[in-house]
Amino acid sequence: MAMTAANDNNPPPIWPRIAASPALGWGVIGLIGLAMIAGAAFGQPFWLTMATRIAVFAMAALALSFVLGQGGLVSFGHAAYLGLGAYAVGIGGEHGLAEITLLLPLAALVGAAYAALTGLIVLRTRGVHFIMITLAFAQMAYFVFTSLSAYGGDDGLTLWARPTLFGFDVFKRDIVLGLGVVALLALLYGLLTRVVASPFGQTLQATRQNEARAEALGIDVFRARLVAYTLSGAVAALAGAFLAIATGFVAPAYMHWGRSGELIVMVVLGGTGQLGGALIGATVLMLLEEGLALVSEHWKLWLGLILIGLVLLRIGAIARLLRGGRHG
Amino acid sequence: MNTLLLTVQILNGLQLGVILFLVAAGLTLVFGVMDFINLAHGVQYMLGAYLAASLIAATGSFPLGLALGLLASLLAGLVLEVAIFRHLYTQDHLEQVLATFGVILALTEAIKWAFGAAPIAMPIPETFSGSVAIMPGLLYPVWRLVIIASGIGVALLLWALVTRTRAGMLVRAGSTHAPMVSALGVDIGRLFMVVFAFGAMLAGFAGAMAAPILSVEPTMGDGILILAFVVIVIGGIGSIKGAFIAALMVGLIDTLGRAFARDLLALVMSKSAAAQAGPAIASMLTYMLMAVVLTVRPRGLFPATRG
Repeated sequence: MAMTAANDNNPPPIWPRIAASPALGWGVIGLIGLAMIAGAAFGQPFWLTMATRIAVFAMAALALSFVLGQGGLVSFGHAAYLGLGAYAVGIGGEHGLAEITLLLPLAALVGAAYAALTGLIVLRTRGVHFIMITLAFAQMAYFVFTSLSAYGGDDGLTLWARPTLFGFDVFKRDIVLGLGVVALLALLYGLLTRVVASPFGQTLQATRQNEARAEALGIDVFRARLVAYTLSGAVAALAGAFLAIATGFVAPAYMHWGRSGELIVMVVLGGTGQLGGALIGATVLMLLEEGLALVSEHWKLWLGLILIGLVLLRIGAIARLLRGGRHG
Repeated sequence: MNTLLLTVQILNGLQLGVILFLVAAGLTLVFGVMDFINLAHGVQYMLGAYLAASLIAATGSFPLGLALGLLASLLAGLVLEVAIFRHLYTQDHLEQVLATFGVILALTEAIKWAFGAAPIAMPIPETFSGSVAIMPGLLYPVWRLVIIASGIGVALLLWALVTRTRAGMLVRAGSTHAPMVSALGVDIGRLFMVVFAFGAMLAGFAGAMAAPILSVEPTMGDGILILAFVVIVIGGIGSIKGAFIAALMVGLIDTLGRAFARDLLALVMSKSAAAQAGPAIASMLTYMLMAVVLTVRPRGLFPATRG
């Protein structure tokens, strides 16, 4: 087996035919928005909060799916960008910066800068080593923020007020914030789908499918990957900025490696072949977590069993067992 | 920074290093031989600690409980291999990550359900409790010395197994030319099963040895898993020798960094700045080491060459 984790053939999504259509991604975004409006209309603040969280993590998963699914770069450190975006908002707020039209570009810039800088090093490695070195840089960011006592250190930082839009305090209302996240998610999904279809996107996919051949065709593989990785870092940081605004809190825990793992699970769960898969994966995983938590205190046990079952089902192990065939 | 303190910290570093080696040895073999990313390896370390702690409490005897605990760890590894992992060897790394992530969630929660989330205590066995003077004016806990000694003992045993026995030869061959080994008539499925269960037992042994000095809790495997991955990547995937050297490097650098980073930094910057930067830099040292090693040698220090 090839050492690259996502090789030529992306594993088929769970719902192969439906998920192959980009329209499904739009459907998911529409449903998240509808859930928010319904939550506001029927006085169900929990729906609104939940839908906002789903939109935020869908954005982060989208960022990861772009490099992982299209570029074949399995980053195990994307939570770092989520955290960096969150801290851009948190630290900006501490210094009196409360305008979202400035905070969002700042977050994106911070994410892009860290991705571009670390990208220069991590993109020289392949396969499992890439997975581990992205983890290393995420852990470094994690430890920097745990010791940053001026900004809360381990305990994190509370955001006392929500940012304004051109000086107006519109995000005070949860529904406006939620729809704002969905609007940005839609914008980024549209943008990234267009990037994937563009000549650059084709180049990126070529570097995933066959690096040596792409190189021989005159493609600057390293440059293409660096651009994609930087773009992904910026998008993930935007998700982090909204995570901070929505929860009113920033902590190093946002950068914990478990969070990076969760993002990978979201992307793989929805299927890596299409960007829309990440949106589905994020939605399904978060709904599963919430739903199981309602039913059982030990929801993690059931979630774990479901994930194992899904993989065994997908790779045909269960079908083989049922047929009674031996697997060697 | 005096000699006494330095000696203590070096011993502590060695002790962390051998624990890391015990976990990393199984991980690197499973990774090298089967090309299988087992995120659930840390869970096997945690299981080992729980199994040993509860069996020692149940039997009232340390050696008997430990032996039964190791056997139970081995069995747990076998069950997981047969039920789940063997189906994943030929799959994409991402499917392996997804399934083993599920195993972490399920087993951690199951243990929490069975034993509660609070840490459980495991006493140091009578014979090895107390401290011994290893230098004038320096008392060091005997149990920590036992950990270091048993870790080095296992390392020697593994080295002999891998380089001097037929099974070891198959493992070495399997890690570089698995299809060829299979074509030569070796039951590669059984070889994988044995290697996997053995790795699970080593991780369980590490958990059992560390249990008296750490708190035994459901999430204790998480941190050690990441460090073990760092170790095998620095050492070169599939290499026992690399895992041993890298484990000791990581153990020493991490421990000495935590002990002395603040004082060393205070030499070049203000005391308050050093007090703040010290702990952060100490925690980052291991990852910096990995980043530097991978930048200079992208396949680790002692890569097992793939044919």
